[in-house]
Amino acid sequence: MGRYDGNAAAVHGLVRETEVHRDVYIDREIFDLEMEHLFANTWVYVGHDSQVPNPGDYYGTTIGKQPVMMVRHSDGVVHVLYNRCPHKGTRITIDTCGNAGKFFRCPYHAWSFKTDGSLLAIPLRKGYEHTGLEQSHAIKGIAPVRHVKNYRGFVFAKMSDAGPDFEDYFGESLSTIDNMVDRSPAGRLEVAGGVLRYMHNCNWKMLVENLTDTCHPMVAHEASAGTAVEVWQMMFPGSNKKPAAVEIYAPFISPYEFFEKMGIRVWRNGHGHTGVHHSIHSDYSAIPGYFEKMVAAYGEPRAKAILDENRHNTSYFPNFTVKGPIQSIRLFKPIAPDRTLAESWTFRLVDAPDMLLERTLIYNRLINAPTSIVGHDDLEMYERAQEGLHVDANPWVNIQRLYDPAETEQETAVINGTSEWQMRNQFRAWSKFMTLSL
Amino acid sequence: MKAPTEQDLIGFVIHEARLIDQHRFEEWLDLFADDGHYWMPLEWGQTDPRLATSLMYDDKLLLRIRVERLKGNRTFSQKPKSRCHHVLQTPQIDKRDEAGNEYVTWTPMHYVETRLDEQDLYAAWATHTLSVVGGELKIKLKRVDLVNCDAALRSIQLFM
Repeated sequence: MGRYDGNAAAVHGLVRETEVHRDVYIDREIFDLEMEHLFANTWVYVGHDSQVPNPGDYYGTTIGKQPVMMVRHSDGVVHVLYNRCPHKGTRITIDTCGNAGKFFRCPYHAWSFKTDGSLLAIPLRKGYEHTGLEQSHAIKGIAPVRHVKNYRGFVFAKMSDAGPDFEDYFGESLSTIDNMVDRSPAGRLEVAGGVLRYMHNCNWKMLVENLTDTCHPMVAHEASAGTAVEVWQMMFPGSNKKPAAVEIYAPFISPYEFFEKMGIRVWRNGHGHTGVHHSIHSDYSAIPGYFEKMVAAYGEPRAKAILDENRHNTSYFPNFTVKGPIQSIRLFKPIAPDRTLAESWTFRLVDAPDMLLERTLIYNRLINAPTSIVGHDDLEMYERAQEGLHVDANPWVNIQRLYDPAETEQETAVINGTSEWQMRNQFRAWSKFMTLSL
Repeated sequence: MKAPTEQDLIGFVIHEARLIDQHRFEEWLDLFADDGHYWMPLEWGQTDPRLATSLMYDDKLLLRIRVERLKGNRTFSQKPKSRCHHVLQTPQIDKRDEAGNEYVTWTPMHYVETRLDEQDLYAAWATHTLSVVGGELKIKLKRVDLVNCDAALRSIQLFM
């Protein structure tokens, strides 16, 4: 018998106004409850519909710990199915992506299913006559995830009937996805360049929090970004034109004031973003020919408005983050309380110059790869925290910076860029969605 | 320097791995031509370093940044420092083009990187594209293809 299962009061007790209990990061039972409740009651990002352009195309991933596949059915609609044969439990597909043709065929006993999951045929079916198969779970086919929404190509799913509908859940936060898609002159994105997969021995929430933590870059990344600027100045003294790599590294070691003025916006249900007024992406060099394409597509005022947004990291609760200005996303997949797979994906802006794709690939490689020096800086901190939290003397993690007791009554706000309100916002949402069905 | 012999090329590749294992990174950087690159593809059989993501595609500036960072007093992910170990098969000569000044070797290898209690083993093929520059062999491109290039990897902090 655990301490938390069925005990909403105990779960709520882990999240105080300005601190959270270490069990949210290190406790096995809490992790299991997150998988059962938090990842069921929230809208979780599954994939992008450009990964399954044709009928029969599938892409395999996970929601929480459960294997699912996103598949395009013959009518063009994208479905999300649990990746489990209803017969014996075999995963239907094991490769990440492919094309099923007109139907899935389980490789174990050849039960077959339409690409919407419904049962097509069972070999030697007469063996099930008069056995009551029609009352079984197996006859229902591959179970679909019940709630799926394709928002401008971004496919989200919610496993449980509990929790808000899609629009209510995300509300105004969808403006970040809108802005990223609008950056394509054609209004379309395509997954491109490949996915970087980096294994972290820490809790998934540490990665999410880090992306709106603006008091760490100038400290933790002094080693990488600071060194990058020093080496560049040493090798190219007097040069004003930063190479792309230095242009990407340098803003990480901006002073506190830069991050304070950058601003943070919080939305309800745990969503929020850094970089309201400017961000580390604001001062990248213009890419020849891009603005002209945007003006041709949208007209100059609208093109300017789209490109003037320079949101830094947008955090979609629970585990999905977006960088609109460089068309990249990250997904933090929970594996165990102390194990998380960080996936970093990039997009091509359809009809925009290739250099935009090239730039986001450079960023992804320099910042998010298992070989990234910035990634090494961050991972070291997460893993030290994962170990340090086992100290019994203080079981609380502080998230107090710029706390205002009145903030709990405000659903949305624009605040100082070094506030930890967005972390508090995430944990308030965590508490809510953990206990919704507990 | 006269055109390098087969033994010169083999010796160069083995010496390069030794410099990394012994953390002689300044000498190691000097092995690269000024326009040299170190490339670790992300995709199996990748041909394009520009419009496909790579694990690494470092020019000499980026390599020097990594080397300087390893020494830094506030480089916390290198406190304590990582260590590494190469086991190479004998490099095979894929190309000896004296007229074009291009020499290509192919070297299967195992690479171990350790830090604290963690030890990771990688299997890879290193392809060196070398040229004689200023009388010395230099690396124009070192390409490292991991056998599991697309797997979920842990940190790789040194050089294969």
